Amino acid sequence: MTGTYLGMPAFPEAAKASTKDAQMRANLTRATHTIRDKRARAVEELDDWAQLREAGKQIKDHTLQHLDKYLIELEEKVVGAGGVVHWARNADEANRIVADLVHATGEREVVKVKSMATQEIGLNEALAAEGITAYETDLAELIVQLGKDLPSHILVPAIHKNRGEIRDIFAREMAAWGRAAPDDLTDEPTALAEAARLHLREKFLRAKVAVSGGNFMVAETGTIVVLESEGNGRMCLTLPETLISVVGIEKIVPTWRDLEVFLQLLPRSSTAERMNPYTTMWTGVTDGDGPREFHLVLLDNGRTRTLADEVGRQALRCIRCSACLNVCPVYERAGGHAYGSPYPGPIGAILTPQLGGIQGELEASLPYASSLCGACYEVCPVAIDIPEVLVHLRAQVAEQPGHRAEHAAMKAATWAMSHPAVYGAAQQAAVRTRKLQPRSLPLPIAKAWTDTRDLPEMPKRTFRQWWKETHK
Amino acid sequence: MRIALFVTCVNDLLFPGTGIATVRLLERLGVEVEFPKAQTCCGQMQYNTGYPAQAGVLAEKFARDFGDCAAVVVPSGSCGAFIRDVHPRLTGTGAPPPVYELTEFLVDVLKVEDVGAYFPYPVAYHPTCHSSRLLRVGDRPLRLLRAVAGLELVELPGAQECCGFGGTFAVKNPDVSAAMGADKIAHAVESGARFLAAADNSCLMHLGGTATHQNSPIRTIHLAEILASTRDEVLV
Repeated sequence: MTGTYLGMPAFPEAAKASTKDAQMRANLTRATHTIRDKRARAVEELDDWAQLREAGKQIKDHTLQHLDKYLIELEEKVVGAGGVVHWARNADEANRIVADLVHATGEREVVKVKSMATQEIGLNEALAAEGITAYETDLAELIVQLGKDLPSHILVPAIHKNRGEIRDIFAREMAAWGRAAPDDLTDEPTALAEAARLHLREKFLRAKVAVSGGNFMVAETGTIVVLESEGNGRMCLTLPETLISVVGIEKIVPTWRDLEVFLQLLPRSSTAERMNPYTTMWTGVTDGDGPREFHLVLLDNGRTRTLADEVGRQALRCIRCSACLNVCPVYERAGGHAYGSPYPGPIGAILTPQLGGIQGELEASLPYASSLCGACYEVCPVAIDIPEVLVHLRAQVAEQPGHRAEHAAMKAATWAMSHPAVYGAAQQAAVRTRKLQPRSLPLPIAKAWTDTRDLPEMPKRTFRQWWKETHK
Repeated sequence: MRIALFVTCVNDLLFPGTGIATVRLLERLGVEVEFPKAQTCCGQMQYNTGYPAQAGVLAEKFARDFGDCAAVVVPSGSCGAFIRDVHPRLTGTGAPPPVYELTEFLVDVLKVEDVGAYFPYPVAYHPTCHSSRLLRVGDRPLRLLRAVAGLELVELPGAQECCGFGGTFAVKNPDVSAAMGADKIAHAVESGARFLAAADNSCLMHLGGTATHQNSPIRTIHLAEILASTRDEVLV
């Protein structure tokens, strides 16, 4: 299990369909432009944003460099506070651990806090196969789950849906999962939120087991931190008797002082809020307060391998804010599903191939799903140079057997470019045959250009011919 | 003042008018231009497509061809950024000559904004991604355009958004690339401009090809051709 959706085609084919979906593109354009503008205003308010960004980058780099030390420190502190720590090398191990923990409680259902790590490992599906139902309680995740859909954005998983579509999903599907939507449900945001609130309240009050991820883990005290905006997380993290958190090993920060930096960077970058609305922090278990049992599942699933890549490892700095998605012109037009995993957009294009390896067709196509415009790097709160990593991954993909023809073409072009006489002759041949050249080309790669764009007209003479004639 | 022109392979073969305009403009401003004849290509396409070794061959060649020059001027934001940012990592040779994108050279080195140009049309300017995000040329192109007699500079909606060219991205992801190009052309039409200008002909090849394919009234033009235009000869 590599965390990609089964049966997803490579990026260009998936995007071919989504670029033609006018409704989805309108929904996405509207939503991403709204969030991006709000983010820009929230960031502009801080004079020291550049320093905060640099601090975030350095804290993450330091932590990743000493991950061995901090993971052990974290484990000791969590255990010391009454928690249990589990280590999962991959998705299968993590899913097995969680399923066994739920079985041990005798429960058949769990409530979930929105979590990227559990999506990455396909936890809901793995639990379903064991007869355990996982209820998503984040509003957008609920929409996706009820709609039998896939998330298309890290922060706003139902960003591709508008409120009319959401009304229809609620009206049609809620009854099968619990409390039905009211008969007179409108597409007013307050009405939709109220229907979701009543539907979810049942789950919160009944649940004995909750599953979460974690935004940060503070090594010095063994504290887990979850940021959310709806209060559903707070319900899940405090009401049930058993809490199981699945967290990637890269989510550590050494100290509370370090956490302070990210509690400024993350809300402004993700939801454009100055302060995060619901920040829940817990350290092991406490008598008479919150869950009686706490399990922390530390997930590797490709992270150690990613850490070994000197250029690619910067992707592990990611704090899942989604700012890169909201400014990406490719994401805006292709939509999140085209990226084939819970991690869409620019960060997904560098994370998915690294976590899962570049052997799969989808993973190998992702490093090319960018025009390298650099808007993502500009907004990244931990300064991940996404274009640099994309190009680095392209070089890895290009070494695979499927790229032999392209490699040969690049070599030939470079050879010609290295020999000015050859280059000059090729140029002259091109301008001399200009009248014979067709305006559209049958080769697949040329057709990809000429289907929507005219070729430039071949000039009568090259620049260097003009130079030769005018500058003796 | 003597500079070496790196015209770029795309301009040399497909857009010689841009190279010619750059030479005429610089000579009009009293700059002595030389054209090292061995020059070919900077290797950006190879590098960005995943072939750093091939790009390295061309970076080495560039260093040989231009190593002795006092300064290099490039009428392309993305080639300029590639030479300046990536070549040093690929070659490991000594200090390269300073490389200026055309608008940087005009504003920072020659310290001119009014180059004495005349261009009697409404123009929208597209700040290409590599010139704005990698080179950080900022408002230099706009300052140059504002000083052109007769030219009406109109605002381009969504100016900072990528046009969708992206080198081999244009053919590896043709549907997304085309959608981005179509949106950029729509914005240019909306702006009321007659010409869509930029400082990079690779982006303009994509945008111009999109515009003519759609029979759009918008025409694309390299900034150098506007700046080289005079009352005696408007280069359109």
